[in-house]
Amino acid sequence: MKSYFLKNIWPRMLTEKIATEKESELIKLSEALQGVCRKKLGRSLAIREVDAGSCNGCELEIHALNNPFYDIERFGIRFVASPRHADLLLVTGPVTKNMSEALKRTYDCTPIPKWVVAVGDCAAGCGVFRQSYAVMSGGVSDVVPVDLWIYGCPPSPIDLLRGLILLMEQ
Amino acid sequence: MKKLELSPHFTEEAIEIEAGKRKKYWSLEKVSEERWIELSKEIASGKWTLFGLWGSPQKVNMVLLDESQSKLQVIELETPLGKFPSVAIEVPSAARLERTIHDLFGLIPEGSFDNRPWLDHGKWQLRFPLGNILPPDEQKPYPFFLSEGENLHQIPVGPVHAGIIEPGHFRFTMGGEIVVRMEERLGYTHKGIEKLFFEASIERGAEIAARISGDATVAYSYAYALAVEEAMGITPSPRAVWLRALMAEMERMANHFGDIGAICNDAAFPRILSRCAVLREKILRFSKDFFGHRLMMGSIVPGGLKVDLSKEGKENLYRLLEEINEELCSIKYFYDSKNSLQDRTVGTGVLNARSAKLFGAGGFIGRASGRNFDARKCFAYPPYDKLSFESPLLEAGDVNARVWIRILEIEQSSFLIEQILNNLPSGSTLSVIKESKVCGQGLAVVESFRGDILLWIEIEKGKISRCHPRDPSWFQWPLLEKVIVGAVVADFPLCNKSFNCSYSGHDL
Repeated sequence: MKSYFLKNIWPRMLTEKIATEKESELIKLSEALQGVCRKKLGRSLAIREVDAGSCNGCELEIHALNNPFYDIERFGIRFVASPRHADLLLVTGPVTKNMSEALKRTYDCTPIPKWVVAVGDCAAGCGVFRQSYAVMSGGVSDVVPVDLWIYGCPPSPIDLLRGLILLMEQ
Repeated sequence: MKKLELSPHFTEEAIEIEAGKRKKYWSLEKVSEERWIELSKEIASGKWTLFGLWGSPQKVNMVLLDESQSKLQVIELETPLGKFPSVAIEVPSAARLERTIHDLFGLIPEGSFDNRPWLDHGKWQLRFPLGNILPPDEQKPYPFFLSEGENLHQIPVGPVHAGIIEPGHFRFTMGGEIVVRMEERLGYTHKGIEKLFFEASIERGAEIAARISGDATVAYSYAYALAVEEAMGITPSPRAVWLRALMAEMERMANHFGDIGAICNDAAFPRILSRCAVLREKILRFSKDFFGHRLMMGSIVPGGLKVDLSKEGKENLYRLLEEINEELCSIKYFYDSKNSLQDRTVGTGVLNARSAKLFGAGGFIGRASGRNFDARKCFAYPPYDKLSFESPLLEAGDVNARVWIRILEIEQSSFLIEQILNNLPSGSTLSVIKESKVCGQGLAVVESFRGDILLWIEIEKGKISRCHPRDPSWFQWPLLEKVIVGAVVADFPLCNKSFNCSYSGHDL
């Protein structure tokens, strides 16, 4: 118990040293994101994630945005539980036919103004699942209008951050 | 670093000679309808465990597991009349598999008590996509099971959930705060994977297999590679055999950290989530730096591996393991010493041993409920036959037990990776294929973080003619319906997270 208290008084920082190219890239990105977020949104962007039939790989990476390394909430970007609270839909997966109606309805529920970001190669053009009888022929844009595509299988958290900055700079 | 003990029959030479050679643990039996019915009764009596059931245009296959003998029996029944005797009458775990066979192939399970569609939601613009394709039927609403009584109300949840998770629908029938019945409706992520495998080349098949379930991408590629190698008579390089297991264990650790953190977070204790997320991220970054992909997607291919572990990578991995072992001690201490956390997890979502055995639930779900089955132990596929490790087993069957199985498995995985690093054979990771068969059948079982993945493949003229991957979730999802009955609805996220079944791997 004693060591637990001591550890809490002098916690080891989880923040990384500016050592490698990748890490300094993260810092640059986060500074850019912070600036853009402040200017455009006044520290608030609410994201609703919609899985439209992905393999779960993209979800894992989107989850990673919340971990202490990326900690996306420090920029005022939050994942919300309902499309009614959202400014942005983050859609993954090739859009299976079984999910197309749910995606459309989620989009319709989201208040205007709204953005749609298609995450991953599947969302952009069905990826390896192209030409299956069970998925839409052209990914997310077949069902809802898309503002930005973030490629990757799955895109890394850095790619996702970069995508969000791009979108807000538009 | 502690000195490791290896199993008694371990010698350096033995690795070189035996590595890559996998004992065949299955046999194929073509049967008549009478024998098929008899076998279903034998499963019900407990002689076998149902391990898989799938259709093909002209036949149905069933895999039976004999745990005491570590053997699998693949049963094949021709279906010239487009129907087969239902297994689900005797074996409840077969019900959803049979509904899937009907949805995809149009084969009728005769005598089945549940004829509702499962994966087919009436949106494909056709019926029986893998059998004799028919035009779509008139779309009818899905009939959920009725629960009638005074003051009962329903809560529909999904397919779009509140968190960052996959889509599925849960229909709760509530009596006040208490769940009277929960019924799952899945199939939302059905991407037609089994049809995509049809007539695919081996390389294309590997790409699809890696994307069946993103969280278990290593395990699926591993199973696919083993099955193809068996079907085509290829021997993978010894170094690849060992590195594959290393990757599988890293994937297991990363996912278990994710799960432990998420369960604690659902019990309103985010501190452990942060700790676990950091370790998970470190494993993913290591994978990116030394295997080229954060989830190691597509690294394992038939014949070996596309990547290799450098000397620097090896040293970094030793350091990472040390850090993980140290942090895990503190996570264990936190988890065990917080009453408010224990209050949520102990005694919640209890799965009894009988149900776990009846459904053949694998992975942490089975092992937290006293079902001692681990494919790495049971089939001892290389290199696990040369490694010493334990498969943790608990009896309580609650959320707490499922958390503990994960914690103990991370310890074992760390121990396994150390052994692999200490004994890694040298050489290339991709074997040169001198000659290979162009036709054949292969079956592989791989223990993913979630449980046993079964993958069956038939190859004709160098192309895949049938590939069926069976996710462990098939035998875990139905049990989630069972454990939530009688609990308050607020415990559902906790139970669901502790099960962490796959949607994508199940829906295909």
